[in-house]
Amino acid sequence: MLDYITSYLNSSTTPGQAGNYFWATVYILIIFAGVSIAVMAMNWIERKALAHFQIRLGPMRVGPHGLLQPIADAIKLLTKEDIIPDGADKLVFWIAPLIILCAAFTTYIVIPFGPTHAVTDLNIGILFMLGVSSLGVLGVVMAGWASNSHYPLIGGLRSSAQMVSYEVAMGLAVVAAILMSSLHGMGFYGVASNGSATGVGTLSMIGIVQAQNEQQTWFLFKFFPLGFLAFGIFAIAMVAETNRAPFDLPEAESELTAGFHTEYSGLRWSLFMLGEYAAMIAVSSIAVTLWMGGWMRPFPHWLAGDTWDLVFSLFPGITFLVLAAFAFLGVIRMPKHPLFKIQTIGLAGFGAVLGLIGLVLLLPPVRYRILDIYWFSAKVAIFMYLYIWYRATFPRYRFDQLMKLGWKVMLPLALGVLILTAILGVVL
Amino acid sequence: MNPTSNLDLDTRQETFLDANELIINMGPQHPATHGVLRVILKLDGEKVLGTECVIGYLHRGVEKIAENRTYTMFNPYVDRMDYVAAVSNGLGYCEAVEKLLNVEAPPRAKYIRVILTELNRLASHQLWLGTHALDIGAMTPLFYTFRDREEILKIFEKYCGARLTTHAFRIGGCLYETYDGFEADVKKFLAFVPPKIDEYEELLTTNRIWLERTKNVGNISAKDAIALGVTGPVLRASGVKWDLRKAQPYAAYSDFDFEIPTGQNGDTYDRYLVRLAEMRQSLRIIDQAVNKIPEGPIMAKIPKVIKPAVGEIYHSIEAPKGELGYFIVSDGSTQPYRVRVRPPSFVNLQALDLMVRGQLVADVIAVIGTLDIVLGEVDR
Amino acid sequence: MTPVATPVFFYFLSGLAVLSGIVVITRRNPVHSALALIVTLLSLAGMYLMLYAPFVAGVQIILYAGGIMVLFLFVIMLVSIERVEREYQFNKQWVVGILATFLLGILLVLGYSEGKRVFPATPAALPENTNTQQIATFLYGNYLLPFEIASLLLLVAIVGAVVMAKKRI
Repeated sequence: MLDYITSYLNSSTTPGQAGNYFWATVYILIIFAGVSIAVMAMNWIERKALAHFQIRLGPMRVGPHGLLQPIADAIKLLTKEDIIPDGADKLVFWIAPLIILCAAFTTYIVIPFGPTHAVTDLNIGILFMLGVSSLGVLGVVMAGWASNSHYPLIGGLRSSAQMVSYEVAMGLAVVAAILMSSLHGMGFYGVASNGSATGVGTLSMIGIVQAQNEQQTWFLFKFFPLGFLAFGIFAIAMVAETNRAPFDLPEAESELTAGFHTEYSGLRWSLFMLGEYAAMIAVSSIAVTLWMGGWMRPFPHWLAGDTWDLVFSLFPGITFLVLAAFAFLGVIRMPKHPLFKIQTIGLAGFGAVLGLIGLVLLLPPVRYRILDIYWFSAKVAIFMYLYIWYRATFPRYRFDQLMKLGWKVMLPLALGVLILTAILGVVL
Repeated sequence: MNPTSNLDLDTRQETFLDANELIINMGPQHPATHGVLRVILKLDGEKVLGTECVIGYLHRGVEKIAENRTYTMFNPYVDRMDYVAAVSNGLGYCEAVEKLLNVEAPPRAKYIRVILTELNRLASHQLWLGTHALDIGAMTPLFYTFRDREEILKIFEKYCGARLTTHAFRIGGCLYETYDGFEADVKKFLAFVPPKIDEYEELLTTNRIWLERTKNVGNISAKDAIALGVTGPVLRASGVKWDLRKAQPYAAYSDFDFEIPTGQNGDTYDRYLVRLAEMRQSLRIIDQAVNKIPEGPIMAKIPKVIKPAVGEIYHSIEAPKGELGYFIVSDGSTQPYRVRVRPPSFVNLQALDLMVRGQLVADVIAVIGTLDIVLGEVDR
Repeated sequence: MTPVATPVFFYFLSGLAVLSGIVVITRRNPVHSALALIVTLLSLAGMYLMLYAPFVAGVQIILYAGGIMVLFLFVIMLVSIERVEREYQFNKQWVVGILATFLLGILLVLGYSEGKRVFPATPAALPENTNTQQIATFLYGNYLLPFEIASLLLLVAIVGAVVMAKKRI
């Protein structure tokens, strides 16, 4: 049994490619559990971060510093009454959140957490991800229609129109990145060393990260500012794609039409939220894979060598130890009141668990294996924080301004970036 | 009462595609109408063809109550009209009755009145900024402005015991002497707040999304504004330099040196800039006032029982929202015969129809916010 | 990689496609028909995958199921449902319908029996990782002119749609 595990850990392909059903299933289960936990953590972080942006504290009562708040919310949503509007189409009403959820979760099959840490490596990986996330639009349309009410219908149609518009800009930005994966030149403006024209690019997610590795640059900096522009277009389009601020007019409360999920309550609404956060993580993963080097650590070629490898491999452990330190800081600052005893103990326990994980991650055998997953997750976490930051800071775009931005600004810009990238790729 | 009388509700529609007009009701319970305001919108797709405001959900019969109360007893009622800027309401009423009685508040009382009224102007504008930004989608300025407004409310509480409905002034002057440390508190506040106003500006003034949401939204020309009787920052943003503090000075405003900010286009962005500039001018006034509060009595010599001579008076002041006027008719008894309040929000709200014609539905909310209406004042 | 359980997947996908096709034409509610059409398109995408054409499968999902069907649903949802549901599902032309089906069936049988002689019984296992490259080579190489003409046609269609939908230019 143990050597089955170790022999697998030394394999060189993803389980899907190797045809290994057992490990593929294990990966799928890990991803499912991981994404669910990530969504709950994201919920907590969003409430806390938003609160701190707004000089409030956020949830503090349910668990120490509100750490158990997502669980309480989940329990509340699960025990709510399931209301289906009169005259609503029951089948479509039931299916809509499932479609959004399945579309969001299916995209995780190809997300590479490492060179062999994906469920599978489809050779049309990017195309698959874009396609499956466009199936989510169908769920939104169906949810708006199935509520048999005027406002959710308009809200759903607006939401889906917005998503479809920004998919175009997203797709073009993605094509620019794929173009870059076919180049031979190394570095930011590298000239092809073997003198030939561009080689063959790849649509596979792992292949794109490996191309970034070979060209020794993140595609973010390739042909600067083109890579940066393409990344910027994708970063803005992905916020519009997931209906988040500042593009959240269709689901804002202070506008005239409430969103497509108005009539959903309880568990069904929580499925929508789960799907939304999962989609956020999925498109952030695309952005990280395509432009920010995926699982590569910063400066793998510029700061190469064993010592630098050692230094960078300490990061995961140190991150968790820093988090544990914050938890213990919170313990020290808890009020010394008998009512707070349970919370203090809970927070101390949480800090101890974090510290333990940090120490485990510092052990050499674990350290080197966890690096890919850690760097990938860290980069995705930055994007998640950016999402929350946007929500706190920006006002909302009006719907026609939003569509104008998508079609009149993003699309021509993306086309221009694509053409210039292609020209530079052939010339250089 | 047929509330939709001038909207011609006889439009049936087969499909959304060939819908020409759609009647949509907004409110009275709505997160963005700043109170219980019902707005009936006539839409063509997304464009607004006309609006009709249905008010009266907060009508409490304040003016009728005034006929059954003595002049002094009516003073606390006045705060409840524009509950956001209660001090200004009190100032207007007290000055109107003082004019009726032909007395003048002593200089010290006038300075105290000016300081508290300008603080209240600042607080009212801060609340306006927070809620207006929230309507447009920026959640954070609300919390910042409310935190800074707390300092003003603390000063009010220390002065007269109440934060919101202050009943700060009395007919003839002020009842309470300034507490020990009043000047120090106000000076500390004057040092504390300018960086905060800069912070609000940093978040919004050059923000591209804010500009797109507010520029050329809800335009009203100077001519239309004057024709409709619009006053306050709305009028000044259209380019008309009219401020009652300079045009018909009352209290001690003629002693101070301040500017009247105006705008050019009369759109929402100009109103935003004008109110921000007014906040800074208020700070200027308070700065000048707090340094030279004259000594002396704080209450004029008025009879114990206030029985003005038969007559009528109209006195208006520049409240944060516009021209707040009191028309008091006295029949010689201890109770007024009639008190008519000219609320600025009521008159400004009439401009809503003109301002949103041809704009989109999402702009209606921005325009309601920019008019800075308080339903307590509109309905009384 | 070696294909696994091909007959199972083939029968499942084709059965699903046929079944959902029948659902498309028999539902009263046009939204249900559209959703069944989406299922048909997705099963077709699965069949493309089995034919070693992953790019075509991906594009089928993105464009057809995720783009065109969304627009279908927009139009269906904006048209009032009650009037559509009151219309007759089938018109009364049974005889012509049966005749046309019969002729179409003969055509399909002829096509299958003739085609059996041309195509081998077991198809060669094509390399699937060059599907995208091959399509690109043909599309931008041999068939560049038809590609450009098709894009021009789409442009004309877009302009026409805008002209018809806008109230004034």
